[in-house]
Amino acid sequence: MAILISIAILLISGVVCLGVGRKGALAGWIGATGTVVACALGLIPALTILLTGMRVRTGWDWTVPGGSLRIHLDGLSAFFLVPILLISGLGAIYGRGYLHAHEGRRNLGPVWFFYALLTAAMTLVVIADNAILFLMAWEIMSLASFALVMFDGDDPSVRHAGWTYLIAMHLGTAFLLVMFLLLAGGGSLDFDQLHCQPRQTFLIFLLAVIGFGTKAGFMPLHVWLPEAHPAAPSHVSAVMSGVMIKTGIYGLMRTLTFFDSVPDLAGWILLGIGMSSGILGVLFALAQHDLKRLLAYHSVENIGIIALGMGLGLLGMSRSIPALAVFGFAGALLHVLNHALFKGLLFFGAGAILHSTGTRQIDQLGGLIRKMPFTAATFLIGSIAICGLIPLNGFISEFLIYLGALQMPMPGLSAFAVGFVVIGSLALIGGLAVACFTKAFGIVFLGEPRHIPLDGVHEVGPSMLTAMGIPAALCILIGIASPLIFLLLQPAIGILTGLPAEKFEVSWSQAVSSLVAISVIGLILWLGIFLLAVLRRAILKRRPVESSVTWDCGYAAPAARMQYTATSFAGPLTNLFGLLMQSRSHRQLPSGLFPRQASVETHTPDVFQRFFYTPIFNALVWISRAVRRLQHGRVHLYILYIVLTLLALILWSLA
Amino acid sequence: MREWIDLLMVLVAVTNLAILGVSRLRTCIRLSAIQGAMLGCLPLMVAPLESWTPLLLALVTIALKGWVLPALLERSLVEANVQREVQPFVGYNASILIGVIAIAASFWFNTRLPLPFDPPGTLMIPTAFFGVLVGLFILVSRKIALNQVIGYLVLENGIYTFGLVLMPHQTLMVELGILLDLFVGVFVMGIAIFQINREFDHIDADRMTGLRDWSDE
Repeated sequence: MAILISIAILLISGVVCLGVGRKGALAGWIGATGTVVACALGLIPALTILLTGMRVRTGWDWTVPGGSLRIHLDGLSAFFLVPILLISGLGAIYGRGYLHAHEGRRNLGPVWFFYALLTAAMTLVVIADNAILFLMAWEIMSLASFALVMFDGDDPSVRHAGWTYLIAMHLGTAFLLVMFLLLAGGGSLDFDQLHCQPRQTFLIFLLAVIGFGTKAGFMPLHVWLPEAHPAAPSHVSAVMSGVMIKTGIYGLMRTLTFFDSVPDLAGWILLGIGMSSGILGVLFALAQHDLKRLLAYHSVENIGIIALGMGLGLLGMSRSIPALAVFGFAGALLHVLNHALFKGLLFFGAGAILHSTGTRQIDQLGGLIRKMPFTAATFLIGSIAICGLIPLNGFISEFLIYLGALQMPMPGLSAFAVGFVVIGSLALIGGLAVACFTKAFGIVFLGEPRHIPLDGVHEVGPSMLTAMGIPAALCILIGIASPLIFLLLQPAIGILTGLPAEKFEVSWSQAVSSLVAISVIGLILWLGIFLLAVLRRAILKRRPVESSVTWDCGYAAPAARMQYTATSFAGPLTNLFGLLMQSRSHRQLPSGLFPRQASVETHTPDVFQRFFYTPIFNALVWISRAVRRLQHGRVHLYILYIVLTLLALILWSLA
Repeated sequence: MREWIDLLMVLVAVTNLAILGVSRLRTCIRLSAIQGAMLGCLPLMVAPLESWTPLLLALVTIALKGWVLPALLERSLVEANVQREVQPFVGYNASILIGVIAIAASFWFNTRLPLPFDPPGTLMIPTAFFGVLVGLFILVSRKIALNQVIGYLVLENGIYTFGLVLMPHQTLMVELGILLDLFVGVFVMGIAIFQINREFDHIDADRMTGLRDWSDE
């Protein structure tokens, strides 16, 4: 199978990089080439399976108890493989340029090795057909990404982020372990043997939501995400935020296939999680000053949108409304792909900004569009896509979820109300996202430079531009070709809903006419943009063009500091939701007739971290301080503890 | 053959008691070497000589327990430049007394833990328990790191004896695995002792508390 060959290529190129790491350029060349070749090779079987709807299974015995080296490739795995391989491959191309500055100064072997390992592990996670193999790949994925987050481990804040990430991942995996043991029920751990006892359904569902939700970044479990994603090198942030957290969604979806029936409550829970993650995620994004942290919170928001789609899908299954199930899952799945594309693109863009200006602080930047036009254009495309605006891909997946919410049955008042709440929160999320990206794009690219002068700023190299251009093109393509996208979704929806193809094609046909209309509108929009550009060119032809200040209310000497800042732009909205955000601000207001000094500073730490996790971990530290008396460093007494325990156990069992 | 096995077991138990009562490190190492060599002969007596495996196991065990490990320890002894353990946590006479109590406990365990089959020698199980208890006691009660390695060796000899009780039934692989573990363990500790000695100017394990992973603020 080609997919195994591509995993082998990844591992081999990674190990070779480890060997030649001191020669940075060579390691970058080998690592990037190996990863790109492997990803391209892996995409072939994934797309074949998606288009033919086949299912491939193969495997070998393994000496690990309960484990077997069985892999499978069905519609669901193949659908997740596409973004994983695509973004990882692009990330490798991007990383080649991004890490160029470090070549010769530090050993780049480990970075490329762990990058290849992360890609291989993500691939293995979605094709594993045995719980032990799955968990092993899952752990390798966590550890490889941990090593990548620690790339700048000299910085204490990066170390803190890394440890937070590691602890969160292991707590999540503990829940998964229990879940798989319950699913196996003492029998085989192969996926096709796993089966959920009817009375354990809800418990297993909860374990899956906590275990996989930690990886995916569901709202109360998301605290590691805004720490770890900004700390990693940008191409790794793109892979982690774009695709790695989606393996959590994959795990949850795969677990759903083990269930015979799903209780209504499961759907409600996912809807609740989706709403809280979506709204709070975008609100916290709005309050951030760090561009990559802002993007990380947007990942929480988008995972929330995916959870909304899955929640609708589950409700559709438990109430046997095929259209609801199909639209819910289709929206969730498509949003997985879309989010991978535009979030990867945006992190690449943020990395390009960091690369050429040396800062991620939004309030220090400004006017970059003049020096980095291509980055600005792709960043704009990503921003429009993530806001869910027509004519780009983000709109399509959100539209499917809207359609799903409209399928809620009318007579049941509660269900109808919930449909409305879903629509309302999606709309709120969309509106806030627009505000947030207006802020991000406007402050960073438009206006005058604030603290970073434009002289030293330059457009990034061709490999980074390529990596940004391809996902931008795909965002446009999916936005226009949406009626065809069903072909790719069909096998995965079939697996998730368990419905026969004819039945959900009937539901799907309801959406096709709207999607065609959207495509037409999109094409008209693009045409309009094109015509306007032509018109502008025609008008300006043979006329002098000069740039000058905008109208400044008659004030003669405007300075860069008089512009809107990110904080002041977001201020009205963050104040509106002040109760949820708990921002802290330090103000020094101007006073007197001739004020000399004034300043304002705001911080918006994560509410859950501050009011939930910090107290819990403080209590843990307090308890362990008391127990630490036992750890005095005297080896003899340690052994004595063991001896006494052993003797006590023997005596207890013999007496 | 049973009497011969039991005789050997008595000798092994005596070496254990002797190790408990001796302060000179070189003698301790020699005693552990003798014990190892004696235990190396055990596979030949336990299993009938119908295949090569008991012979092979015996040869490997004698070579490792009787020669390689003691030689490594003697080298560490020379490098660490210590002669005897002067102030153990438990004195030598008291140690022998505890050893006697341990023998009694081992026989009691033997009566309460019947095997599903008849062991090749009546005294094998009690001696195995005795070895384990003595090893653990040395680990707890001696300060010098070298003595702790010896304690670990004696402990392993006890486990090894227990493994040989089961040998007619299986577990050859398990035993070889344990031997290998031990070899690596002593190897690492030998290096560690040498390093620690250079670093701290002593090899008293009770003064090595600086190695714990937190410190008093």
